[in-house]
Amino acid sequence: MKNKIIQQFFFSLITISALITALFLLIIIFFIFKNGFNAISWEFITSVPKNGMTAGGVSPAIIGSFCLVAAAILFSLPLGLACAVYLQEYSPKNYIVDIVKTGVSNLASVPSVVFGLFGLAVFVKFFGFGVSILSGGLTLAILVLPNIITTSQEALSAVPYSFREASLALGATQWQTIRKVVLPAALPGILTGIILSIGRAAGETAPIMFTAAVFYKKGRPDSIMSEVMALPYHIYALMTEGVNPEKQTVIAYGCALILLVLVAVLSSLAVFIRNKYRSSYER
Amino acid sequence: MSDEIKIKVSNLNFYYGKMQALKNINIDIMDKKITALIGPSGCGKSTLIRIFNRMCDLVIGAKAEGSVIFDGENILNSSIDIVKLRQKIGMVFQKPNPFPKTIFQNIAYGLEINGCKDKSFIKFKVEETLKKAALWEDVKDRLNDSALGLSGGQQQRLCIARALAVEAQVILFDEPCASLDPISTAKIEELILELQNNYAIIIVTHNMQQASRVSDYTAFMYLGDLIEFGSTNQIFTVPKNPKTEEYLSGKFG
Ligand SMILES: Nc1ncnc2c1ncn2[C@@H]1O[C@H](COP(=O)(O)OP(=O)(O)OP(=O)(O)O)[C@@H](O)[C@H]1O
Ligand SMILES: [Mg+2]
Repeated sequence: MKNKIIQQFFFSLITISALITALFLLIIIFFIFKNGFNAISWEFITSVPKNGMTAGGVSPAIIGSFCLVAAAILFSLPLGLACAVYLQEYSPKNYIVDIVKTGVSNLASVPSVVFGLFGLAVFVKFFGFGVSILSGGLTLAILVLPNIITTSQEALSAVPYSFREASLALGATQWQTIRKVVLPAALPGILTGIILSIGRAAGETAPIMFTAAVFYKKGRPDSIMSEVMALPYHIYALMTEGVNPEKQTVIAYGCALILLVLVAVLSSLAVFIRNKYRSSYER
Repeated sequence: MSDEIKIKVSNLNFYYGKMQALKNINIDIMDKKITALIGPSGCGKSTLIRIFNRMCDLVIGAKAEGSVIFDGENILNSSIDIVKLRQKIGMVFQKPNPFPKTIFQNIAYGLEINGCKDKSFIKFKVEETLKKAALWEDVKDRLNDSALGLSGGQQQRLCIARALAVEAQVILFDEPCASLDPISTAKIEELILELQNNYAIIIVTHNMQQASRVSDYTAFMYLGDLIEFGSTNQIFTVPKNPKTEEYLSGKFG
């Protein structure tokens, strides 16, 4: 009897904790919606800022964020995937593997502002790429690299060994096996990683602060060497600069809402793909 | 009836690192016959058949000594073309392991990795091998469905068809019915008996009835030694070695 009560108590506690967590999320979503919803309009999404950022839209920031994220994925995907394949499929048991593994997990815990400083020193200054999509994209690429590597590695290791065995026993080389059997089977998992990385890259401010983003830029970026506006940085700018905080705050919440919806859509997509992938292996 | 030796194993020793898994094995595998490998768990049956297609290479620290002559060559030589070897000596595993691809692609895979681009030839081969594996009638209307949707027994026959498609001459079966129900098992056995007309077949099994039902020759292994090898009839009726008799009568294993 006593044990039953204790169990009841702790179960309730656990349930409440879970609910509180969900509640936080709901509250955040509610507030962003409440404050940002009025700002959203077709014009807001498609036109440029006006009157010193107190009116008009945020389209350059949306386009800029899109370019940065695209560049980040373009750079990090081949590198991250190659690294995951090396670690999961080829890695001989030697010290290089340990170094790479330690490197990857440490990279994941570096604060994002440090990546920003690194990008400034290396891409902007040392390589002379300047404040540009290229510099920002590369910096974001390093930021999401551990993410891509870890999720890809998990996806690869989830591919049953028996598939590899079957392929090798048919005379396929290890490379053919990886390319034609293992990678296709791991693709949904890898896609999940990419999608989550997109969400992460889209939302970060610090890494692009010194490397790619500017307060205001009219028109579209014309090359990968252009500086751009970006949604998260635009929020930061609206809240810290300018002359009309009231009007700017509304626009900032509008931007936040766009970001939130974007990330939510991407995450759901990732979950959807992952679930579909799980069921495809059930026998 | 030919009595041709397909694989000749002489003085074969095999090591996983320091552990010796096979001790001085001598055995002749006959063409167009079925050879059963029996013995208690861990005696080295899988190890032996994995030497025939060099899948044992995948284990780090594995080392083989002696000679395994197939097609006039010692396949233990490092100079051997493993791709060719594995196509000539196909393998069917304990758990059916079709690729997560369509039924058609599962068969086509072995041809494609070998550079075959002739679509009509691949189509022809898919049909031919599925018929040989007694699966054609079951799947001819759903070649483009996922192979994972097939039943366990059908998947296993697909795996057999996959091995046949690359012109195998020898087929290694490592407990092919271990995860199947009795009806699927009967179908696989029927198929194996059918296949022996054109292939040399080696089957590892823990099922004594199965060994006696399908095989022409039986090899009994124990702790890495080949204790006794002879016609299945003889082994099951008048085993020469007392160990064999003990095992067959269920005293251990
Ligand atoms: N990859 C490996 N590394 C080290 N030792 C191994 C490896 N595979 C098998 N062994 C050992 O070699 C011996 C023979 O194993 P093997 O798998 O050939 O036995 P088996 O007769 O097929 O057994 P079972 O009937 O259980 O499948 C066993 O002692 C086993 O522990
Ligand atoms: Mg075995």
